[in-house]
Amino acid sequence: MRRYLLRKLGIYALTFVAAVTVDWSIPHLMPGNPVLTLMGRIQIQDPKVAQHVYDNYMRSFNLDLPLWKQYWYFWVSLFHGDLGTSILQFPTPVSSIIVHAIPYTLGLLVPSILLSWYVGNKVGALAARRKVLDNTALPVGYVLTATPYMWLAILLVWIFAVTLGLFPVGLAYSPTAGRGWSTAFLLDVAHHWVLPFLSLFLVGCGGWAIGMRNMIIYELESDYAHYLESLGAPRRLVRKYAFRNAMLPQISGLALSLGAVIAGALVTEIVFSYPGLGYQIYRAITNEDYFVIQGIFLFIIVGVLVANFIVDIVYVVVDPRTRIGMQGGQA
Amino acid sequence: MSATGTASPRSIAGAVDEHLPELPQPAMSGIRETLYFALRNRKLLVGIAISTAMLLFALVGPVFARHPALEYGGHLSVGPTTKDGYWFGTTLLGQDVYAQFVTGLRLAFVVGVLGGGIAALAGMLVGFTAGYRGGIVDEVLNMLTNVVLVIPTFALLLVIAAYLKVRGIMTESIFIGLTSWPWAARALRAQTFSLTSRDFVSLARLSGSRSWRIMFNEIAPNMSSYLFMMFILLFGNAILIAATLDFIGLGPSNTISLGMMMQLSVQNAALQLHLWWWFLPPGLAIMAIVGSLYVMNVGLDEVFNPRLRSM
Repeated sequence: MRRYLLRKLGIYALTFVAAVTVDWSIPHLMPGNPVLTLMGRIQIQDPKVAQHVYDNYMRSFNLDLPLWKQYWYFWVSLFHGDLGTSILQFPTPVSSIIVHAIPYTLGLLVPSILLSWYVGNKVGALAARRKVLDNTALPVGYVLTATPYMWLAILLVWIFAVTLGLFPVGLAYSPTAGRGWSTAFLLDVAHHWVLPFLSLFLVGCGGWAIGMRNMIIYELESDYAHYLESLGAPRRLVRKYAFRNAMLPQISGLALSLGAVIAGALVTEIVFSYPGLGYQIYRAITNEDYFVIQGIFLFIIVGVLVANFIVDIVYVVVDPRTRIGMQGGQA
Repeated sequence: MSATGTASPRSIAGAVDEHLPELPQPAMSGIRETLYFALRNRKLLVGIAISTAMLLFALVGPVFARHPALEYGGHLSVGPTTKDGYWFGTTLLGQDVYAQFVTGLRLAFVVGVLGGGIAALAGMLVGFTAGYRGGIVDEVLNMLTNVVLVIPTFALLLVIAAYLKVRGIMTESIFIGLTSWPWAARALRAQTFSLTSRDFVSLARLSGSRSWRIMFNEIAPNMSSYLFMMFILLFGNAILIAATLDFIGLGPSNTISLGMMMQLSVQNAALQLHLWWWFLPPGLAIMAIVGSLYVMNVGLDEVFNPRLRSM
């Protein structure tokens, strides 16, 4: 078990180094002086301000230093939590933009990932090899999992917010609502949360249901299941064992799916103008606010690595083979 | 075996070549059996029908477009009509939705083929090499696969695309392809492992075939059905990633895609104005293409794997 987790940690450390290196090198790989390019794009009229921004850029990039030193300083400032400064919201540091956006994104992501995983797996397990349920749940699952996140979000807004008026069109809370921990405000926040949550939840649900359904069928057709059946074991018991075995790939699948779900959350937030990371990254991209883009990228990497590690620990708890050092849970 | 034992390596290779059509592809009765189940598999037929219909639409559709996709006409926010050839209506700015839709549909297929193809090739290269060579090569490639697998590649694509000044459909496909191969590589590596120890591979090795020839002439044909299914999934995946990138505003520069149509409709308050003909078609098309590919994939799985055929 120690070996398994250490091996995983090694991969994560390597991934982190690779990601930071890529994040650092992309502006350096682009032709020309990145600072001049940036300056050209933001087009500041006032020469004094322009000089200030230019100096700020030069300092942040450390462009006057040799490359290895620039790279080294990138790491140093990273460990000081310094991700640079936003251009659009000058002089707000990128880290504070991220900190403010995080609760909204996590508030959408965590419940939708966990709930869709749970519900999807339940539905998929029930549907496998049961004709009526399979014939209804399966097509719905395929339609859902093939739906682009933003399009489902668009549909939900159009139907439930604009046409029926049941939910707000966007934002995380009403502009008029007084902030603070009052019940009214919390209800307001929940009201704004429902639709973006639903669009993430539904797409995820479809994918998990299909995965589980196929996995259970594989398991039910495997030798141990047939053997159990031939011994006269009740069908329920066989399904129970099949479910347990089918769970393992679904757990490691949870880690693998994170990237796609995060991409989905980013675009869902854009549709709803929900002030999380996705919305910030969208604003940063349309305004060419590069430090914000790079900072959020690094933050997402760290988040995904942490989530991966949590899944690994869960895997150790669930799969006894990893505990006694046999195979299972491929690295 | 005993007959070839005394023969030169050259003739062994010949013998293997003669055997090739038999080993990877099932014999005639096998093909007929596969076809028998393929033609009776509803999932496969429905999937093929829908994706073919979408492909035909993408190929033929542009013929019926009466206006350039990006041209601003005089008719603003018109619903679907037969007048002036605005079959799908116009946008808030008077652009022809139909023309944009068929252009985007074509691009979606281009991204699917290129992005999915590049990902499949990269996955095959890494997976075959790792599985066939084993040892240190496998360790290194496995490490690389795991690293790319863990990185949220979409976020990576965001950063790269944001720094590119001119973005084309080619660059987009290449980047999508180069970031979405890891799971394919991992699956292929496992498959290759199990095939590498088979007799016909050893025989090919004995005969002095080059490694890459063994990989692509002996190992690949034996998992052709698997490779095809993998390509289908990568194809659909590439379309979804491209749509997401385009929606964030990082699509190709001088054209219009399905994702960009959705982005522009949201930006221009098409939802609030009920311009459904603007934002419904692009998402519906993506859903139809990707969904039909997924269904096709399960159908193929059932055809090739007798255990999965419905009772």
